[in-house]
Amino acid sequence: MEQASVEPGPAVAVRAKAWRWPRPSRASLMTLGSFLLPLLVWCAVSYVPFIWHPKVAVEAPGGVDYFQPGMLVDRDEYAQQVEAMRAQHLAPPQGHPANPIYLPAPHEVARALFTAFTTAPEQRDAPWLHESLWHSIQVIFWGFVISSLIGVPLGIAAGHFTTVGRLTEPFNEFFRYLPAPAFGALAVAVLGIYDGPKIAIIVIGTFFQQVLIVANTTRKLEATLVEASRTLGAKGWSLIAHVVVPGILPDLYRDQRVLLGWAWTYLIVAELIGTSSGITFFITQQARYQHFENVYAAIIIIGVIGFGSDLLLGRLGRWLFPWDRSRDGR
Amino acid sequence: MIESTRSYLDQSPEVQARFAKIRSRDKILQVRHLSKSFKTPQGQIEALRDVSFDVHRREFVCIVGASGCGKSTLARILAGLDVQTQGEMLLDGQPVTGPGHDRGMVFQGYSLFPWLTVKHNVMFGPRMSGQGRGEAESRAREWLALVGLEKFADAYPHQLSGGMRQRVAIARALANQPRILLMDEPFGALDAQTRARMQTHLLDIWRNVDVTVVFITHDLDEAIYLADRILVLKPHPGRVQEFIEVPVPRPRSLAQWSGEEFRATKQRLEASIDPERPTQAADDEPTAEHLPMIRMTDVHDSVE
Repeated sequence: MEQASVEPGPAVAVRAKAWRWPRPSRASLMTLGSFLLPLLVWCAVSYVPFIWHPKVAVEAPGGVDYFQPGMLVDRDEYAQQVEAMRAQHLAPPQGHPANPIYLPAPHEVARALFTAFTTAPEQRDAPWLHESLWHSIQVIFWGFVISSLIGVPLGIAAGHFTTVGRLTEPFNEFFRYLPAPAFGALAVAVLGIYDGPKIAIIVIGTFFQQVLIVANTTRKLEATLVEASRTLGAKGWSLIAHVVVPGILPDLYRDQRVLLGWAWTYLIVAELIGTSSGITFFITQQARYQHFENVYAAIIIIGVIGFGSDLLLGRLGRWLFPWDRSRDGR
Repeated sequence: MIESTRSYLDQSPEVQARFAKIRSRDKILQVRHLSKSFKTPQGQIEALRDVSFDVHRREFVCIVGASGCGKSTLARILAGLDVQTQGEMLLDGQPVTGPGHDRGMVFQGYSLFPWLTVKHNVMFGPRMSGQGRGEAESRAREWLALVGLEKFADAYPHQLSGGMRQRVAIARALANQPRILLMDEPFGALDAQTRARMQTHLLDIWRNVDVTVVFITHDLDEAIYLADRILVLKPHPGRVQEFIEVPVPRPRSLAQWSGEEFRATKQRLEASIDPERPTQAADDEPTAEHLPMIRMTDVHDSVE
């Protein structure tokens, strides 16, 4: 494994290495590729006229009464009308292949990503996109914090003390299979229609998984470390505070990152409960006006916020836990 | 190996005098009729049966035995990590249960706390017993100096080599100032050169620190090189086979490994541990002669 060396050299070298900025490697090119590939498929479907394009966008109606410029009609129907006009010796309609309205092209979504923040909402009292986002982030934050405040200590206790584990885990196992949104109506009845029930849904969706995952992580702490600390005089509370918690901290941090992602997935359902709010309100509103490019933009923003915060937390984790050897690539 | 004509019982006058001196010291550890059995899904397993022995103050005792003889279980009971089914152990005449400051332990695996620097690892024991930060730190530096690692006080364990980590583990155990230092195959995971250096180093430490060492190993050379006396356990269940005095004079050096006393002792130990290879089914490793051999390579592709 390691070389036996008494020189101070290797230790210093290891430390310096850990801080070097990563140069673009095969791995980071692959990361880029994993994003570019789906984008490429999207571009192909949007910009290459003979791939899919099941509709025709009418440019000039010709002799067809009900065609309007800009109207989307099915390809078959359009062909029928062209035939019909030919047969009646009228001007055939003009048009080009198009995709359905629910699949905007990348450039439209890109434009929407920018304009969504700069255009006022269509309803006068509706929140701006950034306001909706901020509201969503707050709901996630409180849901996750409340869940963690109870879930992490309980998970550690369940993992460390067999009795606590046996007493809590069967119920947790049962409860985590109950879909959190099923408690929506109940949450509204108890907590009102505003942010209370939304936070509650996120807590219910996160908490039971959290207890089980944290308990598992606690159990995976190397037994030798606990035993070594016991021979050194650690017991009871100081054993937990000085050995168990610091011992699992890097893994606990990783668990929390995964669970935060979990909490995000409950966001949309949670925000539909009671009065629709946050980014979900924005999305449903935009879909109602058929501004699908805005819908996509909002979905992408959710992804960017989630992925971006995870990347940041990953970096922060490396800085926080310099001793952690099992850290992943991110 | 050349058959030694000497018996392991032949002791030079100096060695005899040394053992007389050891025997005159107080008995620091008395193990009385210790038994241990586990309940497993396969049924009751008896790990130790009626193990009794004494260790004198500042003695270096090695415990050897074939695999399955319960030597690690014995170490864990002595450390207080496991509880015996029967019997008792007395430390300075007082019965002890559970782990305590009086018994330090060095494990085979890397048991250093990875989130603490070397210095804070060594400070752990003193801090747990309520010592102030400043005092614990200056003490930790002394212990690190003793194992020659004061330069690495602020490094993390993962930055150290295997041998260095075990030196930190020794310093950490000693910083608690235990009466007995238990070592459970502490050098088992090290490469041969590092192990030899660590053995010499351990003898140096033991000479300079008021501590009694109980050292578990399966390496007979290591046991003879280090020990005053060697406790031989026999397996299934673990029982005391014999407790022999090592006739190799001190101070020890690597040159003695080929000496008369050394070879005589090793012969005795080999015969004691492995009397004509018992055919006990419990030892599930097949002996070399009876390994089924299937030719997995071309007939003409011979290597011997």
